[in-house]
Amino acid sequence: MRDFLNKLGLTFAFIVIVSPAVLFFLWMLSLSLKFEIDNASYPPVFIPERINWGNYAAVIESKRFMTYFFNTLIVTGSATLFALVIGVPAGYGIARMRARKSAIVILIARITPGLSYLIPLFLLFQWLGLLGTLWPQIIIHLVVTVPIVIWIMIGYFETTPMELEESAIIDGATRWQVFRHVALPIARSGIAVAFILSVIFSWNNFVFGIVLAGRETRTLPVAVYNMISFDQLSWGPLAAAALIVTLPVLLLTMFAQRQIVAGLTAGAVK
Amino acid sequence: MSELTAGKAVAKTTATVAAEAATAQKNEWRPISYWPFVIPAMIVVMAVIIFPWVYTIWMSLHEWKVGQAPTFVGFANYLRLPSDARFVESVGHTLVYTALSVALPLILGTLAAVIFNNKFPLRGFFRGLFILPMMATPVAIALVWTMMFHPQLGVLNYLLSLFGLPPSLWVFHPATAIPSLVLVETWQWTPLVMLIVLGGLSAIPTEPYESAQIDGATPWQTFRYISLPMIMPFLFIAAMIRMIDAVKSFDIIFAITQGGPGSASETINLYLYSVAFVYYDVGYASAIVVVFFALIVALAGALLHLRQRTHWNEAGGSA
Repeated sequence: MRDFLNKLGLTFAFIVIVSPAVLFFLWMLSLSLKFEIDNASYPPVFIPERINWGNYAAVIESKRFMTYFFNTLIVTGSATLFALVIGVPAGYGIARMRARKSAIVILIARITPGLSYLIPLFLLFQWLGLLGTLWPQIIIHLVVTVPIVIWIMIGYFETTPMELEESAIIDGATRWQVFRHVALPIARSGIAVAFILSVIFSWNNFVFGIVLAGRETRTLPVAVYNMISFDQLSWGPLAAAALIVTLPVLLLTMFAQRQIVAGLTAGAVK
Repeated sequence: MSELTAGKAVAKTTATVAAEAATAQKNEWRPISYWPFVIPAMIVVMAVIIFPWVYTIWMSLHEWKVGQAPTFVGFANYLRLPSDARFVESVGHTLVYTALSVALPLILGTLAAVIFNNKFPLRGFFRGLFILPMMATPVAIALVWTMMFHPQLGVLNYLLSLFGLPPSLWVFHPATAIPSLVLVETWQWTPLVMLIVLGGLSAIPTEPYESAQIDGATPWQTFRYISLPMIMPFLFIAAMIRMIDAVKSFDIIFAITQGGPGSASETINLYLYSVAFVYYDVGYASAIVVVFFALIVALAGALLHLRQRTHWNEAGGSA
């Protein structure tokens, strides 16, 4: 009986602690599926009698939305791939040299507000004539993605055993061959973690876009923000747009929850 | 105690160095041979992290509005800061915002970690749901929070009315703007604290708990005298990360209040945005960047100092 009460209490505690997260997203979904009249009613309607899919259609059919979606895809994809290509070998090199001090330099990027990188780089992009293209955003997203990839990879390569690499060296393999054929396959799960976190943080980034993006080069977070400032406040389409922007990340989090937790806590605790 | 630890650390370092030297000798692989792996990243880091910093410091010594030629003014930009009422006010807002945004997630996150530390069916699934806020796109959730804060149509005032509480103006009133934003910040980042503390809790061996149970300790005593000392280093890390993120918070504040109403929720980061990209006063903005960075480092240093004074070390504290 006491055991049962304990379980009951625990269940209740779980529900209380998880509900702010869950209810928020359910409310977001509810807002996006209602007609304006239901969104403006008091007391608020949680489950509407009539569902309005039109909010989603309105967002997706607007021509620019797809442009912004592809902009985000290009910026996030390029910034992540570039960060992996240079960050994975760098993490390997730093881990094998045990050059933790040089890794601290990269910590500056963690401590500094992203906004402060914008002033000098904005002037540089202006001087290079790159404003109006996606290049400035791809380059500046590296401020976020490169450190994430390097930190996570240092952690992974430091914990992979050296024995295999040493025997490969004795067999006469070059450094590059050892990295390519021994170290890299072992670190595959680490690369997956670095990839996922880099994608999420680049996808969610807002501050770089708000300054650097022109009308044609906006990413989705910036596009959503601009919807509030220019459109007349209609909650249904706004909520639908907000949900579409964050949906890829939410799905990724649900599917790759274990990897994300491993990456976040490893990066945080080390 | 600390000398002993230090002695151990030295011994360990010496052993590591010796082992490394042996390995290096055996294979004739000096660390230098790993440079090719690191050089491309170094170039990128120089271009997107180091170069902006050097350029910012140079700019901060110049009077420079975009479109005009820069003139060297020495420290004039820095000297302007103390008499800039809007800047001084923004420092106060930043400190209040940061203090609340560290304390609340730390308390709630620890509580959540204690609950999540119990074995429970579907625990992984619940944890997945719980961490959703921290991964969701900040601007998108800020938009929905803005709707929820709406004084007439927002769901939050309806929830207050269910508990018989009076409605609030939330982000639309100067006095409640910062606390309301902290509510969003807490909602979003409590999961990160929970994950870090949970990591600490799961590393504690079960023996102390078993003997505490035999001695008839209450759950609070168990937490206070066994769990808390053991998770102190993890709490410290969580506080550090939370502090660094809260002090430079931008997306949530910018999207929900733009620093308003008036300038009631304008933090340093938002003021910096105005100076740099509304007034295009890049010289002055650069001085703000440098002072802002110094403030973050000082706050982090204060936390470190606090940690040493309270003797939380890796063995689990002085308790």
